[in-house]
Amino acid sequence: MGEVKVIGGWFSPFVKRVEMALKMKGVEYEYIEVDVVNKSPLLLQHNPIHKKVPVLLHDGKSIVESAVILEYIDEVWEGPNILPKDPYERAMARFWANFIDEKCAPATRKALWSRGEEREKAVEEATQGLKILESEVKGKKFFGGDQIGYVDIIGCFLAYWFPIVDQVVGLHLFTQDKFPSLCKWADELCDNEFIKECLPDKERLVDRVRGHSQAPRSL
Amino acid sequence: MATSSVKLLGARQSPFVNRVVMALLMKSINYELVEMNPYLKPELLIKTNPVHKKIPVLLHGDRPICESLIIVQYIDEAWTNGPSILPTDPYDCAIARFWAAFFDDKIREAEGEDAKELVLEKIFEAFVLLEEAFINCSKGKAFFGGDSVGYLDIVVGSFVVYIRVAEMMNGIKILDETKTPRLVGWAERLYSDSSLKDVLMDPQLLLEQLKRFQAMMSEAASD
Repeated sequence: MGEVKVIGGWFSPFVKRVEMALKMKGVEYEYIEVDVVNKSPLLLQHNPIHKKVPVLLHDGKSIVESAVILEYIDEVWEGPNILPKDPYERAMARFWANFIDEKCAPATRKALWSRGEEREKAVEEATQGLKILESEVKGKKFFGGDQIGYVDIIGCFLAYWFPIVDQVVGLHLFTQDKFPSLCKWADELCDNEFIKECLPDKERLVDRVRGHSQAPRSL
Repeated sequence: MATSSVKLLGARQSPFVNRVVMALLMKSINYELVEMNPYLKPELLIKTNPVHKKIPVLLHGDRPICESLIIVQYIDEAWTNGPSILPTDPYDCAIARFWAAFFDDKIREAEGEDAKELVLEKIFEAFVLLEEAFINCSKGKAFFGGDSVGYLDIVVGSFVVYIRVAEMMNGIKILDETKTPRLVGWAERLYSDSSLKDVLMDPQLLLEQLKRFQAMMSEAASD
């Protein structure tokens, strides 16, 4: 079904979302690693507005923004559903994905990287966000139910990237006693066949986090 | 599906609520508007949208759906009779979703700015890029959606009245014939569209309502 390429950065959870979705659908693709910091020309050509990874190239057409790409992949290729089929379930999936990306992602990022009063406020906000997700996933294997779905893929940064950075910076927010259901979900998710082959090497991620004095956009 | 009641919790002054009204109109869906002032945190709003406590909320039967873009997509997918709101081609659909997200990000950025000049700057930037988006999406036709109104016409069109109000209040032009000529034409066509005339508010009327609303909020705050 056409030539598929993913332009990305190896560390980026947003890029990995796209790869996870393609693997779920059994789509063959070429991965192109680019310099995201120095904005490689390929990036500027295919994502002139945001200049960010990931970019999906399908027969030369570029699609950007990971959430948009995931919906595109689900619509174009056969295979397991990423989003549910039922309109109400789809709306719920989009709602939770939106909540994760608009509320949890910025709050957790700030909680990890800010200092002083700003950090305290961010930790409070991140905790609130995680508590809401905790009650949403409680009693379920995945946000998507028995199978992984849209919300699980979108939320994957919380399952893998966030706990790693959380430990490195010494925040210790994502713990078993605070968020038992989320931790269980994280373990299940990272064990899933499509997810685990996309996860970047932990040591390499830790080195990158340690080497950064400013918050990397992707974490 | 068609037999369950449809209620929209919101206020007509809200462009986000009007997006939902436009979508309901496109699909000829009968609904009841339940007027709601989110600042007063009414119980029904807290119950149906506990996470964000914001309007709009669509109640389809007893199921709440929140967030304007999500609601519009839900309406498109739940009511399959009537015109499609989102493009049917997956690539065109992705482009529409991209620009909708872009526009909403710009609104959020503008809301986060205190200085008026920075707010207006964000809005100007957004419309210059949307002019390009219009060329790509409309493919020479009248609307973002082509011959008829579609997703982006709803997403951006719901804000035109606010742009007009901002222009009136600040004595400036945001939709400018010299900078965004296609969008100027598009806005005029939107307001001339007979099916949308009941939804798209008159800027003068909105300005008066906003002033009354502000006065009411100051009173409520001082109680």
